[in-house]
Amino acid sequence: MPFLPVFLTTDVLLWLLVCVSAGYGWYCRRHAHLAAPWVRVFQTRTAVVSVVILTPYLLVGLADSLHFRTRLEQVGAGSAASYSPEVLSLLDIAASHLRSRREKTYSAPFATRLYAKEQIELADGRQVRDFPRLQYGGAHLRDEEERVVDMSRRAAAGLAAAAALWILLAWVVKPLRRRWAAVPWGAAWWTVGPLLVIAAPVLLLSEGYHVFGTDKVGQDVLYLSLKSIRTSLVIGTLTTLAMLPFGIGFGIVAGYFRGWVDDLIQYVYTTLNSIPGVLLIAAAVLMMQVYVDMRPELFPTAAERADFRLLMLCGILGVTTWTGLTRLLRGETLKLSELEYIQAAHAFGVSNARILTRHILPNVAHIVIITVALEFSALVLTEAVLSYIGVGVDPATTSFGTMINAARLEMSREPIVWWSIAAAFAFMLVLVLAANLFADTVRDGFDPRVRMVAIAA
Amino acid sequence: MLAYIVRRILYAVPILIGVNLITFVLFFVVNTPDDMARMQLGTRRVTPEAIEKWKGEHGYDRPLLWNASAGGLGKATQTVFFEKSVKLFALEFGAAEDGRDIANEIRARVGPSLALAVPVFLVGLAVNITFALFLAFFRATYLDFWGVTLCVGMMSISALFYIIGGQYVASKLWHLVPISGYAGGLDALKFVVLPVVIGVVSSFGTSARFYRTIFVEELTRDYVRTARAKGLAETSVMFGHVLRNAMIPILTGLVVAIPALFFGSLITESFFGIPGLGSYTIDAIQAQDFAVVRSMVFIGSVLYVLALLFTDISYTFVDPRVRFE
Repeated sequence: MPFLPVFLTTDVLLWLLVCVSAGYGWYCRRHAHLAAPWVRVFQTRTAVVSVVILTPYLLVGLADSLHFRTRLEQVGAGSAASYSPEVLSLLDIAASHLRSRREKTYSAPFATRLYAKEQIELADGRQVRDFPRLQYGGAHLRDEEERVVDMSRRAAAGLAAAAALWILLAWVVKPLRRRWAAVPWGAAWWTVGPLLVIAAPVLLLSEGYHVFGTDKVGQDVLYLSLKSIRTSLVIGTLTTLAMLPFGIGFGIVAGYFRGWVDDLIQYVYTTLNSIPGVLLIAAAVLMMQVYVDMRPELFPTAAERADFRLLMLCGILGVTTWTGLTRLLRGETLKLSELEYIQAAHAFGVSNARILTRHILPNVAHIVIITVALEFSALVLTEAVLSYIGVGVDPATTSFGTMINAARLEMSREPIVWWSIAAAFAFMLVLVLAANLFADTVRDGFDPRVRMVAIAA
Repeated sequence: MLAYIVRRILYAVPILIGVNLITFVLFFVVNTPDDMARMQLGTRRVTPEAIEKWKGEHGYDRPLLWNASAGGLGKATQTVFFEKSVKLFALEFGAAEDGRDIANEIRARVGPSLALAVPVFLVGLAVNITFALFLAFFRATYLDFWGVTLCVGMMSISALFYIIGGQYVASKLWHLVPISGYAGGLDALKFVVLPVVIGVVSSFGTSARFYRTIFVEELTRDYVRTARAKGLAETSVMFGHVLRNAMIPILTGLVVAIPALFFGSLITESFFGIPGLGSYTIDAIQAQDFAVVRSMVFIGSVLYVLALLFTDISYTFVDPRVRFE
């Protein structure tokens, strides 16, 4: 094999989640009552627009979740195949031109010269102190004067490609349009347009320039931003995965059995709730760090250590955030267990376990879905703050938090190094905004109370 | 009333015991004191003697829960659990890694912390409720739509952006206020203004939208229809009826906001160099000073439990239906 697949735990879980979601979607399609809220969601323009924006994030994140080690050149004919120690992902291969072109240090977006002055030897042997040319950014230009012309040529080519793709898409979408007439395809098409108009020129320009500049060690900021997406997705989704068993289990059990079970569960979540979240997270992460540092033998590669820390962070965030869901579910279950159909189930002698799974759980599922959708964006923002405090992801993991943290110290420089912080915030803003808008439409589609208020108002 | 308050305080005791147990498990059971000693002393070239010395200096050399070698009461008291966890109830926090007394440090830092957190809390409350009432008054119009859009946009922006951007614009470009630092007395004003504004702005989106939802929901109630039917003006419906009835969910939301306030000033304080509890905690986290972090976890929970208590008491003022039973 030309490569050796590497299964990081977060990768496996992320793909598992994708499979579960796909299975759930398939199951929904065959059950009209489950599909109905989703149909409502996808009939709103906001939902369609935000899904269109979230899709590229998801694709990049998933491409970055397929890891492998490439095969090294065979030394001898008989020797066993050996693989590079560096763990790469599909995204790394796709963006290899961004990954491999490392400058010495900072350089501004589209710059052809380094940010810091250096001693340069001229052709005639004289030494001057000047900004040296970049090794890769704009290196194809013979004369730096040509830069603007070259850039506009590339941008124009990108725009032309975007326009062609856009029109092609309208044609491709036509059969879908007939199949699902109620979905506002127009809104989707008008969102794809600007996305293409931005993405295609950036893609073409990134071949010759550092579109978002480079960071302190000369890495391309566009590449770092793309790599950060996976971290955000992992934290936003796997945390809810860690939260759900506690949240659902404790919530419906407390609301259904009442009495001492309820008292105990209420006590546990009031206690956990009364520790300020960030301090609990900080304390738990500190302890996890000590655990990891004391046991280097468990983590043979740096990627595995970083992955373990990411996974544990999700677990810790999950354990500290399940209380909100539990409280909601407990209240709802208290209400439900008074209703006639639950009492009828009792009268028929249906077992408690069966009532919980067949009668209560499906009827509180909308709360779970709404909570998961709402939590996602909050978690993405939390990650950035935690990484700033120093209790976030492993320093070796690229994330929006680590990017902001690294760039923060350079704000006092003159001229200011703004690009890497701006890129991180911009990527994060679009992701969180789209996720927020989508979560809102999900809530409106699923929450019967919100629908009633909307009708009444 | 007194009996009610006493009962509420008694109810807080098991919660604080629970918090204490959680921190004990986190700090002493997940990792042994040996691990922590090695962490503090550096992982390489550390002798068992050095570890024992460090543990002795910090009082971690005792058994965790039960000291069989001591006599009488000492069996229970001469343990890490008693020395480090139980004594938190008496507000004895011990010494930080640098040897300073944590209790003294906390006393000195409460002032600056409050100078930041209290204005953020009050100004934020006033601004958010006013804006939410405004939106609810103009509900289902373009004004309302764009107001909510503004909220969603603002809540999608990282708090770090508000801090970094605000600091850059106000201090570096316009030279309005110093970039960071703190001074006692009235001089504190010029250091605190910007952090307060940023604190209010960064919580604006989430809170204003939350309050608007409460108001709009309240507007669908029967008493609102009755009030309108008897000919009351919309303004007196809003302020006289809706606002007063919305106080209960707002109060409940405020308790949830108090830990967030702590969270907010945690990063704001350290960005603006305000020597409060938040920056103390961040420094401790970064220096891996477990004694300080442990104390702050405990204090944070005490504050939260107190806030919960005050909320319960204040319910009785805003809602005559809530009676002390």
